[in-house]
Amino acid sequence: MAVSAAERLTVLIADDNASDRMLLSAIVSRQGHDVLAASDGAEAVGLFERRRPQLVLMDAMMPVMDGFEAARRIKELAGESLVPIIFLTSLTEGEDLARCLDAGGDDFVAKPYNQIVLAAKINAMNRLRLLQETVLQQRDMITRHHKYLLNEQRVAKAVFDQVAHSGCLSAPNIRYLQSPYALFNGDLLLAAWAPSGNMHLLLGDFTGHGLPAAVGAMPLAEVFYGMTAKGYGLPETLREMNAKLKRILPVDMFCCAALICVNFKQQLVEVWNGGLPDAYLLHGDGRPHTPLVSTHVPLGVLSAGSFDDNTQVYPFGAGDRVFLLSDGVVDSTDESGELFGARRLQNVLVTNRNPALLIEEVQWALARFRGQARDDVSMVEVAYTEPDLLGPPSVIYTDSGDSSPLDWGASFEFRASTLKRFNPLPYLLQLLQEVHGLRLQSSELYIVLSELYSNALEHGVLGLNSALKRDAEGFGLYYTLRAERLDALQDGFIRIDFQVTPAGSGGRLTISVQDSGAGFDACHVLSLPPAVNQLSGRGLSLVKQLSDRCQWTDGGRTASVEFAWEGLA
Amino acid sequence: MSVTSDRSPDEQQLTIKIKGRFDFSTHQDFRGAYEKETKAKRYVVDLKETNYLDSSALGMLLLLRDHAGGERADVRLANCNPDVVKILAISNFSKLFNIG
Repeated sequence: MAVSAAERLTVLIADDNASDRMLLSAIVSRQGHDVLAASDGAEAVGLFERRRPQLVLMDAMMPVMDGFEAARRIKELAGESLVPIIFLTSLTEGEDLARCLDAGGDDFVAKPYNQIVLAAKINAMNRLRLLQETVLQQRDMITRHHKYLLNEQRVAKAVFDQVAHSGCLSAPNIRYLQSPYALFNGDLLLAAWAPSGNMHLLLGDFTGHGLPAAVGAMPLAEVFYGMTAKGYGLPETLREMNAKLKRILPVDMFCCAALICVNFKQQLVEVWNGGLPDAYLLHGDGRPHTPLVSTHVPLGVLSAGSFDDNTQVYPFGAGDRVFLLSDGVVDSTDESGELFGARRLQNVLVTNRNPALLIEEVQWALARFRGQARDDVSMVEVAYTEPDLLGPPSVIYTDSGDSSPLDWGASFEFRASTLKRFNPLPYLLQLLQEVHGLRLQSSELYIVLSELYSNALEHGVLGLNSALKRDAEGFGLYYTLRAERLDALQDGFIRIDFQVTPAGSGGRLTISVQDSGAGFDACHVLSLPPAVNQLSGRGLSLVKQLSDRCQWTDGGRTASVEFAWEGLA
Repeated sequence: MSVTSDRSPDEQQLTIKIKGRFDFSTHQDFRGAYEKETKAKRYVVDLKETNYLDSSALGMLLLLRDHAGGERADVRLANCNPDVVKILAISNFSKLFNIG
């Protein structure tokens, strides 16, 4: 019974007895295998090295080198692949047979040979050999794939880091903890300066793990940086991020996220939380911390029409901090399956004495709770800092300036339904950026323009009284009223007029902002001492400080400011 | 089997019951429970015996909601225990599903 070509093996036969050797060779060849013959152990090892047979039939007792030593050497040469060695033996003592296996033999057959048993043993050993071969191939394939995967992750991470670190995570008022491979846990942390000098920061957590969790990060980061740099506020940025994720992600994928905007000059922080665990506003004056609860559906779930971009605004001054974290913190479990939970976290927040150590203390508490640290938690803390200490936000322009427009005017009127949803400031600022002489003051320009716009909208069109903002409670009420009145707005307008005129080698910009409101007594408001520790009243003094001239006419309904610049070298 | 489904006599409502953990390992069974369903107008996911729910389960609920008509879907998450309610609350899923 000959074997098929696929099962045809090269079999090495080592036996010092010539007649035994010839007999065995004849049997094995008749079964369809190729035979190599050796007359002692040393010759067998030599033949094995040269010809690499797949199976060895080995006599135990041989001159020069015995079968035990030859078996040991052949096994060593074979390395990881299985070369079955079947001992040929007339030995019958248990101890001797055991020696055959100890030396690396896989089986033995007793002399004289039974052809059927011998054929069955060769086949059985060959099956083992093939199994080992398959296992090794699969192991190597897995190793290779794993290496590819790690390399792909490394490249993807390097590309992504270029994007993520283009922001301002290194600003002195930000402290954070993130695993180096957080991207592949779906965690995302981004921060960037807005042209106004505000800081935007996003902590996101995509559903899932690995590559699927990472793919949404790039488009999200692009929208975040793009819109922040152009001067869009949180609501517009949120709407755009949600719409983009909704469009590109499969239905069952979404991104839990918290977005904050820190306004250092006006000492405010604006917060939106959709699906992240409670964040915390930690007060510098010792008041108990304020939880910033998730009140929204995560990004990428709702259609543009039902998405809710309402944010909460809180006073944010010296000593105040915002603390954001991913669900890896509160969802950590100990051996018994108990959650770390919000209460243990709050304990850490309450007992924290040195703000610089807060993140470390949360880590320690987690490690004590679990007995080991986790590498998939993200935490970030943003502190209030004097705006002067943060340095100016840097914006890079790429055009030459030859085509800068120097003598023009433009007027805009934004009416009720537009005021409800549209923020014209980024467009207006973009337009003014065409005037190169204004670029050095673009931050001041943006702040003044947005102050005048929000004054016109909130106090003029919506008729809100900023005196409401004198305490924390009124502060909340103010922003609730703002949202309600804006939502119900039927009439009203804001008109904005720009006049750019050349003056010597430089030029001058006049901005006037007029609203449909009741006006106010500008002389009286401006004569008040500047607010230091109050929650309101920073707007007008900012405008006064930052522009070259400002005045209110038309019973406070029209504000005019001027910016001048010298010729550029 | 941790996912079972049951159609009301008038075929208007499909109830899907999940026992134990509702996470990625339930994915195939959960999808299988509603994917071929064309008649039901209302869906109920009975979480009475669900003791754990992770973010991939939230994703699966969104898939069901999508299947049931997206923004017009009538999907109720019934018998949620307090832990499950907490998880649903963080993601404000009460804005997408009837929770009771």
